[in-house]
Amino acid sequence: MHNPLYNKNIISIPDLSRSELELIVATAQSLKQSPHPELLKNKVIASCFFEASTRTRLSFETAVNRLGGSIIGFPDSGNTSLGKKGETLADSVQVISSYCDAFFMRHHQEGAARLASEFSSVPVINGGDGSNQHPTQTLLDLFSIYETQGSLEKLQVAFVGDLKYGRTVHSLTQALSLFDCEFHFVAPQALSMPDYIIDELKEKGVKFHLHDDLDTVIGSLDIIYMTRVQKERFDETEYQHMKSSFILNAQMLTGVKSNLKVLHPLPRVDEITTDVDRTPYAYYFQQAENGVYARQALLALVMTDEFGV
Amino acid sequence: MKKHLQVEAIQSGTVIDHISAGQGIKILKFFDLSSESQRITVGLNLPSHDGANKDLIKIEGLTFNKEQGNQLALFAPKATINVIENFEVVNKFKVELPQQIAGVFSCPNSNCISHNEPVDSRFNLTTRAHRTKLKCHYCEKAFDKGLFTELD
Repeated sequence: MHNPLYNKNIISIPDLSRSELELIVATAQSLKQSPHPELLKNKVIASCFFEASTRTRLSFETAVNRLGGSIIGFPDSGNTSLGKKGETLADSVQVISSYCDAFFMRHHQEGAARLASEFSSVPVINGGDGSNQHPTQTLLDLFSIYETQGSLEKLQVAFVGDLKYGRTVHSLTQALSLFDCEFHFVAPQALSMPDYIIDELKEKGVKFHLHDDLDTVIGSLDIIYMTRVQKERFDETEYQHMKSSFILNAQMLTGVKSNLKVLHPLPRVDEITTDVDRTPYAYYFQQAENGVYARQALLALVMTDEFGV
Repeated sequence: MKKHLQVEAIQSGTVIDHISAGQGIKILKFFDLSSESQRITVGLNLPSHDGANKDLIKIEGLTFNKEQGNQLALFAPKATINVIENFEVVNKFKVELPQQIAGVFSCPNSNCISHNEPVDSRFNLTTRAHRTKLKCHYCEKAFDKGLFTELD
């Protein structure tokens, strides 16, 4: 049986089907329980961070190491000749892809990973392209949701905070909309979900609701996905007023469903108070750890035809 | 009274007819037709059968196929393409919105990678509830049709 992700570029969540998402989640779970350290033996993976992102880079590199592969690459473009000499990304990618069996990349410009995939001779995995996509974050989010709920289907999911600029929120919404989930968007008006996502949900017939604060809906939720509201987007008075509605503390979690889990793509600032960390609902640090398993799963599936089927 | 053709007939090439008045110049500009070496005749604000004025473009020596003609549909949804050989119309078709437009517009997103790399811009078109949107193949941002057609 053919593994549908073998040799495929992983650029954007809408490129992946429901069955492919399920395959990645199942593979992540299997690798978490039973590591396969030889899977990428003799494979060279390039870690190309044209823009720095410590957390994403370290989890990718850990994933490669755990699977027995070798890493080449750079943590940011500051100390490389890339960019400084005026070379195009297209040329850089053609050269880099001739050195390795696959590469993952982070770039500050939107569309960089898609463009790279058109010039690369090996699979490209998008580790974030500007404000566009960060598909591996969504995959680790999906894995964390599956792990805590035992399913991805028919869940009540609240997205809280900056829903306008948060690319992780947009992609997770696109992914979960394939699983008949119901969404609750809790955001200040200035940071509400973009129209194009709302239009997509309407078109797909996905149920969603808009809320002014979390209290009104918290009792019915399975997942709360918190994001950071950037203080600098508001004046001080407005921010202080807003805080009470979009910051989660332990007291707010009284009487919630026992299976509720709080997720956050991290790093947090003050949108989840630290007393939440000590409740059974906090799952954001395990979620970050799951980034390694989700990325291991992706590398295993993209690079080995026989794995995961 | 003797009738006079307002625009000279062409021997072979393409006549783009029924362009809404005001769009002819934009078509010349965005499709870079004026940089072609072919002889081009442009009629602006010509009378039309339906009473509204129209623009018309005749391009000598350049034959449009259906796909090329459809690239004009964003500007001139009612345009008709007439392919001429020996002063005769040998093919005639109405334009239809294509699924993709490539190499015509720059992406309005200034942080889109397509601006500084050796690739053509590419947009996928969708029409829902009479709203046409162009989604950039690279940065995946979607823009209203008006953002492109109202450019000067």
